[in-house]
Amino acid sequence: MKCCQCDKEATVHLTEIIDGQMKKVDLCEECAKDKGVTDPAGFGLADLLLGLGASAQIDQAAGGGQITCSACGFTHTDFKKSGRLGCPECYETFAEPLEGMIRQMHKGTQHQGKVPRALRKAQDLSKQRAQLQERLARAVGEEDYELAAQLRDQIKGLGCHAAEEPAE
Amino acid sequence: MNLYEFLSTPDEMARKRGLHDHVVLSSRVRLARNLQGRAFPGRAKKNDRVETCELITGQVGSLASMRGGYVESMANLQALDKQLLVERHYISREHAAKSAGSGLALSKDESISIMINEEDHLRMQAILPGLQLKEVWQKVDRVDTSLERKVPYAFHDRLGYLTACPTNLGTGIRVSAMLHLPGLVLQEQINQIIQAVTKLGHTVRGLYGEGTEALGHIFQVSNQMTLGESESDIVERISKVLLQIIEHEENARQTLLKGKTTELHNFLGRAFGVLAHARIINSKESMNQLSMMRLGAGLGLFPTIPMAALDEMFLVSQPAHLQHLLGSKYSAEERDVHRANLLRERLSPVEGLRIPE
Repeated sequence: MKCCQCDKEATVHLTEIIDGQMKKVDLCEECAKDKGVTDPAGFGLADLLLGLGASAQIDQAAGGGQITCSACGFTHTDFKKSGRLGCPECYETFAEPLEGMIRQMHKGTQHQGKVPRALRKAQDLSKQRAQLQERLARAVGEEDYELAAQLRDQIKGLGCHAAEEPAE
Repeated sequence: MNLYEFLSTPDEMARKRGLHDHVVLSSRVRLARNLQGRAFPGRAKKNDRVETCELITGQVGSLASMRGGYVESMANLQALDKQLLVERHYISREHAAKSAGSGLALSKDESISIMINEEDHLRMQAILPGLQLKEVWQKVDRVDTSLERKVPYAFHDRLGYLTACPTNLGTGIRVSAMLHLPGLVLQEQINQIIQAVTKLGHTVRGLYGEGTEALGHIFQVSNQMTLGESESDIVERISKVLLQIIEHEENARQTLLKGKTTELHNFLGRAFGVLAHARIINSKESMNQLSMMRLGAGLGLFPTIPMAALDEMFLVSQPAHLQHLLGSKYSAEERDVHRANLLRERLSPVEGLRIPE
């Protein structure tokens, strides 16, 4: 097969679907390089996996520099190339370019559904504690010291209760 | 433990049936999970991968739901073993390419399989025959709940379970069903269905997942989005779509039976003819012809051939299953001859197409 730009043997075969139309391009190595197809920084799996424009979003967030995850050393170029992240911490490191992508690819941006039991308990407890602390502040403000003492005991109780929870 | 002593035989596999299994071959739910503070498998160094794999393997092996199961490192499995596991849909093609630092666990009844260090630290799936999405979700949910007490998962308040690929973020759930849709293919309605299903935010793939063709008129329908919707809502939504696809497939089959009777009988008769008489047949052709016979069996036109027998032939005519059955290594050309022999042996003694008076 010949390169569609020159007459050399084509070694790079690119298939793109634009507006539902399949387009095939065959290029020789030189022309491919020329068009940036083989340039790992210009073309990545990110667009394929995460939707067109993903690698542009990653580049934009990097602003010409380099973003590197402090936990695993993953860079924004790695992200662009693989379309995947290096470690859980990467979600903080790449929070900015990820935000737009996640909005595009998912139904929402807030997790719904299952939460690990240990965290769910912690969440419930912290919610309860916050409510009690609010009531405590109000009680103190109203100089209702009897109620305040009760609430303080309840808050204390929450902490102990959590610690005593069997691990199963 | 020997894998082949552990696994049920193709015959036992094919005899497990489920609701609507003339259209729905199997229902599956998989969950992607990762451990806190560890690089994802694609990024982790080999030593870390091995360590994570050992840690998870130990914990998985101790789960009550995995008692009497099969646990093995991918390094100890031969290429043929891995291919056979792919043909059973217990592991992905990607996982079959893994070796040291990756592992596999199967429950005793083979309804739960856990891939360790595939793209994520954990990919847990439950699979059952027929339409049983709620059941498979509950099954895998229970495994996940007992495992989360043993290993700390990477979880984010807003983003949910953190996964190597952002497309799996949130619930990390992939709900899917394997569908046999020869009626819609023959009626040339399949593309419309695929388009409609895609518009609803679901994905349609071929037999072995991502990027594979729809061999044997088999399609996989699964959810695409994993964040912003709860697991039970996703299961519910896919179930509704599946019931509609089943209805369309049944209508297409009835239309063929009533409106294009001769064409249908021609397809079915030819399929039987080829399978009962061919001397050389590759897996692609055998799958497509068995698919036609399965359609006929569903319509009662092959009254002496139970659907389970066809499903077994479908399984054993796939490359790794055939190779294992034959017991020694053959080239693809030799396998095509053996496959033809096997199918002929099963089909030539039985009665072919029976057209009602």
